[in-house]
Amino acid sequence: MAAFIIRRLVWMPVVLFFVSVITFLLGVYGPGDPVTVMVGLKANPETIQRIKEQYGLDQPPYQQYLNYIASALQGNFGYGLVKYRDQPVGRIIAERLPVTIQLNIAALIVGSVIGIPLGILAGLTRNSWFDYIMRFVSLAAISIPILFLLPFLTFIFSRRHDLVLNALNFQITLGPILPMVSGRWDGIFSAKVILPVFIMSLGYIAGLARLMRAGLIDTLGQDYVRTARAKGLRERVVIVRHAMRNALIPIATVLGMSLGGLVEGSFLIEPWFGIPGIGQLAVDALVSREYYIVVAFTLIVAVAFVFANMFVDLLYPILDPRIRKS
Amino acid sequence: MAPATTLDAQSQTIAVRSPSPWRRVAGRVARNIPGLVGFIVIIAFFATALAANFLAPYSYDKQDLNQIEKPPSIEHWMGTDSLGRDMLSRLIYGARSSAFVVILVTVVNLTLGIPFGALAGYFGGWVDNLIMRVTEILFAFPGLLLIFLIAATVRPAVLDWARANGLTELARSGYLDYAVVILALGTIGWAGLARFVRGQVLTVGQREYVMSAQATGVQTIRIIARHILPNALAPIIVSISAGMGFIALSEGYLSYLGIGLQPPNPSWGNIMADNAGRYWRTFPQFIWLVAIPGAILSAIVLAFAFFGDALNEALNPELADKF
Repeated sequence: MAAFIIRRLVWMPVVLFFVSVITFLLGVYGPGDPVTVMVGLKANPETIQRIKEQYGLDQPPYQQYLNYIASALQGNFGYGLVKYRDQPVGRIIAERLPVTIQLNIAALIVGSVIGIPLGILAGLTRNSWFDYIMRFVSLAAISIPILFLLPFLTFIFSRRHDLVLNALNFQITLGPILPMVSGRWDGIFSAKVILPVFIMSLGYIAGLARLMRAGLIDTLGQDYVRTARAKGLRERVVIVRHAMRNALIPIATVLGMSLGGLVEGSFLIEPWFGIPGIGQLAVDALVSREYYIVVAFTLIVAVAFVFANMFVDLLYPILDPRIRKS
Repeated sequence: MAPATTLDAQSQTIAVRSPSPWRRVAGRVARNIPGLVGFIVIIAFFATALAANFLAPYSYDKQDLNQIEKPPSIEHWMGTDSLGRDMLSRLIYGARSSAFVVILVTVVNLTLGIPFGALAGYFGGWVDNLIMRVTEILFAFPGLLLIFLIAATVRPAVLDWARANGLTELARSGYLDYAVVILALGTIGWAGLARFVRGQVLTVGQREYVMSAQATGVQTIRIIARHILPNALAPIIVSISAGMGFIALSEGYLSYLGIGLQPPNPSWGNIMADNAGRYWRTFPQFIWLVAIPGAILSAIVLAFAFFGDALNEALNPELADKF
């Protein structure tokens, strides 16, 4: 076990090194000469020379990489090139990061509160109609792209529906059930947040329900559950104290997974609802050739992901003593 | 002597009656309703892609400025967009774009993933270490982040290169966008398959028939190709089926974000993006322009998911209970 932890700790800096090299090379040199990206093809040689010196682009690439990492560690991620010209990238990102983090924490909470009980219920009533519906709906919820949910759910929840049946002389007006997010961002505690957070949490709900169900079915078949029953413990105690606790362990992986979902989720949801988070910024940067923002964004998210996975790996032996032995 | 003959006769009757394993799997998939529907949708998807030029009533880029933003009608079953282009034709050609990307990326994944995974699993040692460390670095980027990064940064470079080398026509045609999308998805996709194949090879490699082949001096490549891979095939097929849905979805995301296939080349993702802004302003007047491509993309992704699920249950019945 100790050897495993040490190997992980030694390997992590290597991963971080390669991740940063790939990101830097792709972001700064992938699109072609960075100076051309900045000033266009028609700039005069003096401007090009001035920009090269200003941004340190006259130095060899490895030196540029080292400079970049050194200043990135101090929070300086370079400057915007086109749309955010001369604005410090670090500050632009710092302004938007809290919004995205708040949304994702809210989604994680909603997902856990709904998903875990659903999974437990399905696991306990295995092969019942509830279990079948749950399996089908959760697989569907995982597979239906956010791309479709966005227009579809916005249509259902954020507009006024006029149902008119002329033959019956019947008219009913429904909604809008939820307010649309547009224009101003009012912070995480406004009603506008409900729909985006719900869409973000759908993946968590389905994923956690599936994990919880599978975990519970697995632990219910274990010897220690049979022992607990044989001791004459009440069924509720058996399930809550013996089976459920152990079924919760694999859910630690969701912590690591969630950052992956964050990327696609915030890339699509934030621009759609006009939420000024890091996803909206990243999409904007990808399309408008703001490569320093792209590099900074990718670096921050990838490094956070490496640390999160490391944390989950180290958490496992604490949660599950059986892993410590192997 | 007598018992031996009965046994022989029995095994013969069994051999005659029991269908081949693949037919049994097909039978089990056919009994799984979501899986069967998924299979039919997948077949329809590839058939539409193949026959796009026969099925589409109009050309995908023919503009009719007298027919702008018309709701679904008899002439235009799915309405027209802001340039008066027939949505049904664009969606049908979108299937072709999607299927093209799905098949080529799968081919790239197979040609890289299976050999690397098999080598890592069979040889172990430093070969295994090297290949697995490379995949770990690729997996250090969460979700589609590295795919987005590659597609966004490589595209301008490829287009500049084409223009500089006198391939202006090619750069303008949009075919290079397909290459960029396939490159971005292929760079990452093989890693997952390689890890999977490696795991399968490790399990199968321990079996007696592999050891006996090694003992009799069969060539290594032959052992991998003839003895190990065929026996690891079933789970690999399941993972490929699941992977195809993911590729279709990723292409949709890339094109939606504006770093995948570019208009006027039709892709379900860029059709949605094209119409999303207008859709918001006049919400919800033109909902079909966004909702229909989204629904089709969802149906394809769901079809691959349910078919993969059914295939998995059919191939490993004992695992069916655990999703």
